[in-house]
Amino acid sequence: MTNSDDKLIRMAGQMADFFRSQPGAPAEAVAGHINAFWTPRMRQDFVRHLAEGAEADPIVRDAARFVRLPEQTPARA
Amino acid sequence: MKDFIIPDRDYGTPAAKSDVTVNLLVDGIAVSVPSGTSVMRAAAVAGISVPKLCATDHVSAFGSCRLCVVQIEGMRGTPASCTTPVAEGMVVHTQTDDIARIRKGVMELYISDHPLDCLTCAANGDCELQDMAGAVGLREVRYEPGANHFARRDAEGPNPEYRPKDQSNPYFTFDPAKCIVCSRCVRACEEVQGTFALTIEGRGFDSRVSAGMFSDSFLSSDCVSCGACVQVCPTATLIENKVIEIGTPEHIVKTTCAYCGVGCSFDAHMRGEEVVRMVPSKDGKANRGHSCVKGRFAWGYATHQDRQLNPMIREKITDPWQVVTWDQALDFAATRMRKAQADHGVDSVGVITSSRCTNEETYLVQKLARAVLGTNNTDTCARVCHSPTGYGLRTTFGTSAGTHDFDSVEETDLALVIGANPTDGHPVFASRLRKRLRQGAGLIVLDPREIDLLKTPHMGQGLHLPLRPGTNVAVLTSIAQVIVAEKLYDEEFIKTRCDWDEFLAYAEFLLDPRHSPEEVEKLSGVPADGIRAAARAYASAPRASIYYGLGVTEHSQGSTTVMSIANLAMMTGNIGVPGTGVNPLRGQNNVQGSCDMGSFPHEYPGYRHVSDKATRELYERVWGVPLSPEPGLRIPNMFDEALAGRFRGLYCQGEDIVQSDPDTRHVTSALSSMEIVIVQDLFLNETSNYAHVFLPGSSFLEKDGTFTNAERRINMVRRAMTPKNGFEDWQVTQMLANRMGANWTYTHPSEIMSEIALTTPSFAGVSYDLLDREGSVQWPCNEKAPLGTPLMHVDGFVRGKGHFIHTEYVATEERSGPRFPLLLTTGRILSQYNVGAQTRRTDNLVWHPEDILEIHPSDAENRGVRDGDLVRVASRSGETTLRALLTERVAPGVVYTTFHHPTTQANVVTTDNSDWATNCPEFKVTAVQVSPSNGPSEWQEEYGHHSEQSRRILPAAAE
Repeated sequence: MTNSDDKLIRMAGQMADFFRSQPGAPAEAVAGHINAFWTPRMRQDFVRHLAEGAEADPIVRDAARFVRLPEQTPARA
Repeated sequence: MKDFIIPDRDYGTPAAKSDVTVNLLVDGIAVSVPSGTSVMRAAAVAGISVPKLCATDHVSAFGSCRLCVVQIEGMRGTPASCTTPVAEGMVVHTQTDDIARIRKGVMELYISDHPLDCLTCAANGDCELQDMAGAVGLREVRYEPGANHFARRDAEGPNPEYRPKDQSNPYFTFDPAKCIVCSRCVRACEEVQGTFALTIEGRGFDSRVSAGMFSDSFLSSDCVSCGACVQVCPTATLIENKVIEIGTPEHIVKTTCAYCGVGCSFDAHMRGEEVVRMVPSKDGKANRGHSCVKGRFAWGYATHQDRQLNPMIREKITDPWQVVTWDQALDFAATRMRKAQADHGVDSVGVITSSRCTNEETYLVQKLARAVLGTNNTDTCARVCHSPTGYGLRTTFGTSAGTHDFDSVEETDLALVIGANPTDGHPVFASRLRKRLRQGAGLIVLDPREIDLLKTPHMGQGLHLPLRPGTNVAVLTSIAQVIVAEKLYDEEFIKTRCDWDEFLAYAEFLLDPRHSPEEVEKLSGVPADGIRAAARAYASAPRASIYYGLGVTEHSQGSTTVMSIANLAMMTGNIGVPGTGVNPLRGQNNVQGSCDMGSFPHEYPGYRHVSDKATRELYERVWGVPLSPEPGLRIPNMFDEALAGRFRGLYCQGEDIVQSDPDTRHVTSALSSMEIVIVQDLFLNETSNYAHVFLPGSSFLEKDGTFTNAERRINMVRRAMTPKNGFEDWQVTQMLANRMGANWTYTHPSEIMSEIALTTPSFAGVSYDLLDREGSVQWPCNEKAPLGTPLMHVDGFVRGKGHFIHTEYVATEERSGPRFPLLLTTGRILSQYNVGAQTRRTDNLVWHPEDILEIHPSDAENRGVRDGDLVRVASRSGETTLRALLTERVAPGVVYTTFHHPTTQANVVTTDNSDWATNCPEFKVTAVQVSPSNGPSEWQEEYGHHSEQSRRILPAAAE
């Protein structure tokens, strides 16, 4: 676990704090934001870190399954 | 475009605005002008210059010199043409025997109290008094020598009326001996600048121009050195020191200021390749003939001895620099970048584009990343200032663009200024706003500090909501609650332009008691009554505008704050008409442009996401290479990846990330871990202390290109002198790209703009021909808007319906506590610009030689800190020392400083917290402790040592 991994969780947590109060599905919104703005490697690290049991907001935890990983086809392409 | 000097036509009085046209005859010439125009201006429109001394079209008519008298049929006497308004059917004679006699008499009196040293006078050749003496045919002065203001001595000894020159200002000289007391300078200070630093003291023969009190000099007075007085002075009384030194200029190059986001147009008055003076262009649509101390005077850095003109390289950042040829430097840079990619992957390198460089230069740097390096790892310093504006406005309105032009301020009835300090950060805009405030517009300021705008002379009562740093969203949401609860919203606008159901959902969210002014008072420290008063004033003003700055964006909730601002404008219908709008005040000259040009890692020029297939294919076709559909690293992510060993190479143009980015220690350790850092800059800046290659850059005076200001206005930058380093910056980028196999063949920035126009719908109509013709245009500029778009969202939002976003306040993690009980917020001041690389190399240092910590007297007393003491400021990130200034301008619990000086390094203290949506750093809130200190912090000493070592330069090896 690196310092940077923790930071990714923290950043996702901030997104969860925002999307929690929006209408709609917050976990998908967090993942959508991550897919649009994070590099594939950051997304990989994020998902791996959660899989390794990192503590995180439930929305963040839930978001992981919507995060697109590099081997998947880009959603908007 | 070089023009020979044709003095900017002065119409004598400002233009009148009216729908009614008045017809009159001036010297037999028929002329039609708007009602309210002066006879003098009407004559000027007819091509007739009525002699004048106290009149200029920069300020309203005054009628004191009596030189501009005319005769009007049917009117008695000889009225002053500057103060007489035109009337239908008027018949005016500007030259009759009576008038000629009067004018000669007037001039004779003026000249009787003026030194006749014209040949050696600094205004020789550029003196209106001289011109007028010629125009009225003055051939002799009949008065005997007597009491006067110009002779040092008279027959009986020293002349009691004589006053020596005031040379306290570093840029201009005030010589009272040459003053004709026309009071143009006093009026310019009041009407144009709005500072009211100058006055006429005494009466009659004793009348004198005076800066501040009797005991004041220009420097010690309230004068902000904007130079408006110098510009309007008809004689050599107020004149630029450079004119005194060099002489009159011989040609003009029209260009654009390279400082803040106002983007003032300037006429560079040149003699050969030397700048004599910078004069703000009267036809400049952002600045309308005005400027501040930085743009007008602080350009000396371009020829400062610190400028590095040769490329340099070194193996390790602890080695001294080695001066080498361009070939050697570019080979070294290209080889190392390619090696890093070979060893660590394509995405192990990246670029940082500059918000100070031109659009064309920025476009090339991001193109280098995407098309040559093959990665979307490109970012710009806009990341650390206005990226939340982009995200927030795009989400709500459909485009990240600011909505209005600066002219719009002339029609606003109320300005809500949030997290901005325009008199220091955007001074020319502040002057334009102050003019409107003096005409009666209301002002609400939402800011932790009592900013100078609140002290605007002759305005009504401004409302200040001094909130605790970090509580913007809470206060703005509460203002929205009051508007909804008291039904002050614009139902028709919401129903036609937004989604009514969505608004109702937002209203329900707002009406929860947690957003009530009383609850928010507890969080923010803003009295509930203040929140209510602000809501009522904003919602009830016929035309209310919002202007905001980095105090909005540089927070963990920066993007949410931008959205709450957009919500306020939508629910009150303050969009789409002049005088309203949501207007981000951009920090640097080309922040807007660098964002437009695709500097961000997730989007191509024109804000199109890299995953958008059509756009990507367009660029693949034009650039002839496959492109990555995945977003790249943002600046803070680059640092994190560098520390993880995965980001190895960086090309950084015209930015000083070590000084400007938060948590300096984090930045420097990241840079120290890299294999290749290429810095392109005018000077060895702080970032170059961690670089392996230094490529000398060129100043804005040395290149062609365009800057885009805060109102989306694309302004021309024109080359006034040959680049001292040999190349314009875009050429350096092209050389570096070609070393890496790019085969670029641009021969002029206009070709780069053509490529931008070809590939970017919002720029489709932009070309250098158009810009030369129109002076400037505001994007979108395309088939639908061939001359650009001054106002956005006029008939509908860009995204269709305006989108209300729920704006829940989330407290920042950066909270004051027992260890760090104070909140530090940062900003900038008038005389210095950003990291100070430019302004610290000018005489602007006389106003601000070091960064100062503002602290409330009660906080200071608790800590045993006195005014002027050296204090230690510590946060969880680091600590630094600087001098304290005790002031009630900051509330108890809040301290404030600037980040202009590398010896202070305020960013050693700031943290890596950032905006949730964009990673824009939270510069504006850092929990700190302040204590007395007796010397530099450990960091400052270490850094000072490294800085000294890493700036050693070895001369080029002998051939």
